[in-house]
Amino acid sequence: MAAAVARWNHVWVGTETGILKGVNLQRKQATNFTAAGQPRREEAVSVLCWGAGGETQILVGCADGTVKRFGTEEGVFQGQRHCPGGEGAFRGLRPGRRLLELRVGPGLCRMRQDPARPHVVATGGKENALKVWDLQGSEEPVFRAKNVRNDWLDLRVPIWDQDIQFLPGSQKLVTCTGYHQVRVYDPASPQRRPVLETTYGEYPLTAMTLTPEGNSVIVGNTHGQLAEIDLRQGRLLGCLKGLAGSVRGLQCHPSKPLLASCGLDRVLRIHRIRNPRGLEHKVYLKSRLNCLLLSGRDNWEDEPQEPQEPGELPSEDRETDELWASLEAAAKRKLPDSEPAQGALQSRRRKKKRAGSTSP
Amino acid sequence: MAKAADKTGSGGKKNLKRKAVTEEPQEATVAGDEATESGVQPAKAAAFPPGFSISEIKNKQRRHLMFTRWKQQQRKEKLAAKKKLKKQREALGDKAPPKPVPKTIDNQRVYDETIVDPNDEEVAYDEATDEFASYFNRQTSPKILITTSDRPHGRTVKLCEQLSTVIPNSHVYYRRGLALKKIIPQCISRDFTDLIVINEDRKTPNGLILSHLPNGPTAHFKMSSVRLRKEIKRRGKDPTEHRPEIILNNFTTRLGHSIGRMFASLFPHNPQFIGRQVATFHNQRDYIFFRFHRYIFKSEKKAGIQELGPRFTLKLRSLQKGTFDSKYGEYEWVHKPREMDTSRRKFHL
Repeated sequence: MAAAVARWNHVWVGTETGILKGVNLQRKQATNFTAAGQPRREEAVSVLCWGAGGETQILVGCADGTVKRFGTEEGVFQGQRHCPGGEGAFRGLRPGRRLLELRVGPGLCRMRQDPARPHVVATGGKENALKVWDLQGSEEPVFRAKNVRNDWLDLRVPIWDQDIQFLPGSQKLVTCTGYHQVRVYDPASPQRRPVLETTYGEYPLTAMTLTPEGNSVIVGNTHGQLAEIDLRQGRLLGCLKGLAGSVRGLQCHPSKPLLASCGLDRVLRIHRIRNPRGLEHKVYLKSRLNCLLLSGRDNWEDEPQEPQEPGELPSEDRETDELWASLEAAAKRKLPDSEPAQGALQSRRRKKKRAGSTSP
Repeated sequence: MAKAADKTGSGGKKNLKRKAVTEEPQEATVAGDEATESGVQPAKAAAFPPGFSISEIKNKQRRHLMFTRWKQQQRKEKLAAKKKLKKQREALGDKAPPKPVPKTIDNQRVYDETIVDPNDEEVAYDEATDEFASYFNRQTSPKILITTSDRPHGRTVKLCEQLSTVIPNSHVYYRRGLALKKIIPQCISRDFTDLIVINEDRKTPNGLILSHLPNGPTAHFKMSSVRLRKEIKRRGKDPTEHRPEIILNNFTTRLGHSIGRMFASLFPHNPQFIGRQVATFHNQRDYIFFRFHRYIFKSEKKAGIQELGPRFTLKLRSLQKGTFDSKYGEYEWVHKPREMDTSRRKFHL
């Protein structure tokens, strides 16, 4: 029964209590999945990403340093990998094999993989400028962004990249910062400074997603304000209402004009972004939500299907083993005492704790 | 002329006016401009043409006269109906149907899905491991720092002093223009568990910031109706040093639970019942009323109370995760008036 229910979930949400929730929007139901059967705050989910092989597997990055695999068809957690090294919570996940370590620097806030070129990742963080890395190439970043010019008081503009997205169809990247700026970078152009910069609001922007057409982004800030910003002109197209808390996760559907948003106010909302702009669904999930994954498939209606026969299970096991076996090598920067091991490639936020300061 | 959608309907004479005035416009519009519009009208047809209403009389005095006559008629009919109903009830005696409950805004409240179910395990786990867990597990005992915004005036200073007598183990410090973000690490190193900042505007306190200290949430309230001790009539003598009991009323939603726990963690766990003092945080329609009383049991069923202590009303403006950082902190709940206050029957706490 759990398997059938798990299959038809439209949105997967990770919470701070370690529960992975699958939400079915047709029936407005949420099912909880935990690895250990009990929610544990140490396993707070910080990142979710689709595993290799379409949308059948989810990689769940937890706060205690483990990455768990979850199968959406069966609805069970399939395995986990402990990934030591670095401090702090996971900031990005990407399916792969080897355990790589890249010294990115302290204060990392986000790592994102280019969906068109899987060996390219971008990282950015607080006082950690945007860097694009090629995992097959050298250990130096392929593109290192330069900070903008000093402002009108001749003061250095601080850097705090909170979220990065790759624009499809070109090499450009978009970032949103904690100082309410949205910037577009183009590694192909000779300038390392942002090509376009706009601001929105007065609060840190925490999450960002691209719209299906690729011309605009939707950003969310710590006050729960969602805005659509056009990247061709740097103009604000419109806002979305409804959220009461800080936005933690945003994702647009690849073909339909739908946006899923989750945040600290414990509610998952689905908005329609055009004609007309408004709220479609709202589901109350009882814990604070950290991240979400929207399934990109096109048929959202419930198909009444019988649960799969047990004869199919062994073949799926074989498939997953093959997936694990198909990997890519990447350069390592650390000393050779860390052996390559099976797992998922991730990057961590290396936190430098300054004395006397509390992290917000 | 056949503007039949008038509130008084057809017929000019007051004795044709019906009690159920609201039914008339619908019947009138549906039926059209016939003289005998609805079957419920009496046989005494109007001398005036249908579609007439008092508001169409151009002469102000006569219009006023007609209206007062109509109003008196309405009142008489209403009283008559009430008397009739009462007589019927008395006649039926025990078999009378129960009295209908009047509708209030509180009992018309829209269904809120965030209202906490006591059997819910996920919410119970969430609460058991949140930032107040160490207080509720009796691992820490509260130590409060009360301060104000810079350069407070008399009322605010007095309110701080009175609050520190109400809350045990609290200390009042003068805010010498120090930044809150610098005060907070110092408080943490001195083992304070909560920080209360009373904001003042034009010589009256109007805001309250309550921050739970090691890394806990920060709530920002609007404060109104502040009454100091000397302004409270028929009050008792000053509160003693006994630890008071707490009453938290009506914090039903998930957000309400968080705020209720925040208030509860201000006071020590073990109240001294000898002191017979009680602090009440009563939430009604998103306003939190704070009162401080001393009670005494006069008999098995009757108790008398004396109000001591200051009294004020709070309204939650925002709940921020983490200690005070209004610019870069992440908000768990922000009050947005134009989005959240659209319905008079929807409350958030």
